[in-house]
Amino acid sequence: MKLPAFEYACPTSISEAVALLASHDGEAKPLAGGQSLVPMLAFRVASPSLLVDLRKLAELRQIRITQDGVALGAMVRWRDILDDARLFTAHPLLVAAVEHVAHYQIRNRGTVGGSMAHADPAAEMPGIAVTCEAQITVMGKSGVRTIPAGDFFTGPLMTALTADEIITEVRLPLWPAGRRFGFQEFARRRGDFALAAAAVFYDDHGKACNTHVGVIGVGDKPLRLPGVEAVINGQNIDDAVIAKAEAATSAAVDPADDIHASGAYRKALAGVMVERALKAAAASSAR
Amino acid sequence: MSINFEVNGKPVEVEVEPRLTLADCLRHHLRLTGTHVGCEHGVCGACTVLVDGAAVRSCLMLAVQAEGAKVVTVEGLSRDEGLTPLQASFRKHHALQCGFCTPGMITTAHALLSEEPDCDADRVREVLSGNLCRCTGYISIVEAVLDARSAYKKAAP
Repeated sequence: MKLPAFEYACPTSISEAVALLASHDGEAKPLAGGQSLVPMLAFRVASPSLLVDLRKLAELRQIRITQDGVALGAMVRWRDILDDARLFTAHPLLVAAVEHVAHYQIRNRGTVGGSMAHADPAAEMPGIAVTCEAQITVMGKSGVRTIPAGDFFTGPLMTALTADEIITEVRLPLWPAGRRFGFQEFARRRGDFALAAAAVFYDDHGKACNTHVGVIGVGDKPLRLPGVEAVINGQNIDDAVIAKAEAATSAAVDPADDIHASGAYRKALAGVMVERALKAAAASSAR
Repeated sequence: MSINFEVNGKPVEVEVEPRLTLADCLRHHLRLTGTHVGCEHGVCGACTVLVDGAAVRSCLMLAVQAEGAKVVTVEGLSRDEGLTPLQASFRKHHALQCGFCTPGMITTAHALLSEEPDCDADRVREVLSGNLCRCTGYISIVEAVLDARSAYKKAAP
């Protein structure tokens, strides 16, 4: 339906944007690409009094690749990630996950910060952030703070952000050459939110080490699964280990029934996604 | 609010409420009814237009966000009364039935072919997965887009 009425502001600095958010008693919302927020308005799930458009904040559009890793500005679009050839080596897991984000037209406007702030439990970027132990830099009226991804998501569509805070950057730790990875997602139709997806990586020094396993779509927020990582660490990735990891994944998650799938189905699917991601990781040539 | 942007090569100034979507601005304020509104929440793709060259859903964009942008709608793809090569290919391949999804299919495929004139059938299907055709005539649509590639390889229209 048509959107509810709201006021609109388009500030030219982050501090001005923060001041606008702070002045509206929690009723104002930042507007990034609008690919989640505008549908929320159309369904009248959200009815903010003020939208603070971040499109003029050019400093939020940068992708920085440094010796510490990859820093994605909050207004970086999916399309910018897929168009940046450096990221295919600097963070191939990120690129693999972003290829699954929604549709072509959505990827032309949807942003990293928008997806993080929306915090859909089945969204790819929050899953990558949690799996990779990203640090999220936010700015509010009391200044700048950095939140570990593991503490950032607090529930479905809920985050640690306060009403006056804007995400400025998502930093993914350095991706060493030779790391093995897999990203697998299952959705009924291309571009739909995942019924389940898994991101897996490990460093291969003869045996797998530093394994990270994350799943989305099977909980009220993206989950990292240390119990599954423990099954994999120190092992050669063979069929027996993959089968153990699959079983451990299904045992570790407890998804609820919803209209898209039963909890039991999602529980099984999460295991299959980890199985396939691990197989892809083991089969991948190192990069 | 008063906003200025460019539509199909012409500057426009419109007075809009912040809550007005770009799709409704194009249709109701500028009378460009070639842009169709299907689902109004970013699922069907019928309202796809080009904003600064990129295919976007105009129902998921506020008109006020278009300030200063260059917008191209399906009306702006052909410079005269004739059909573009892509449009002619849609006719040749019977790639439209009721026609409701067609403007979104054409604008999306135009953006794709402009950027990737060598795309294969899998890529066309992946990109058009964001556009629903309720007549379900997808095979003809994919064939029409593939057949139009040669026109984009010579020169971007």
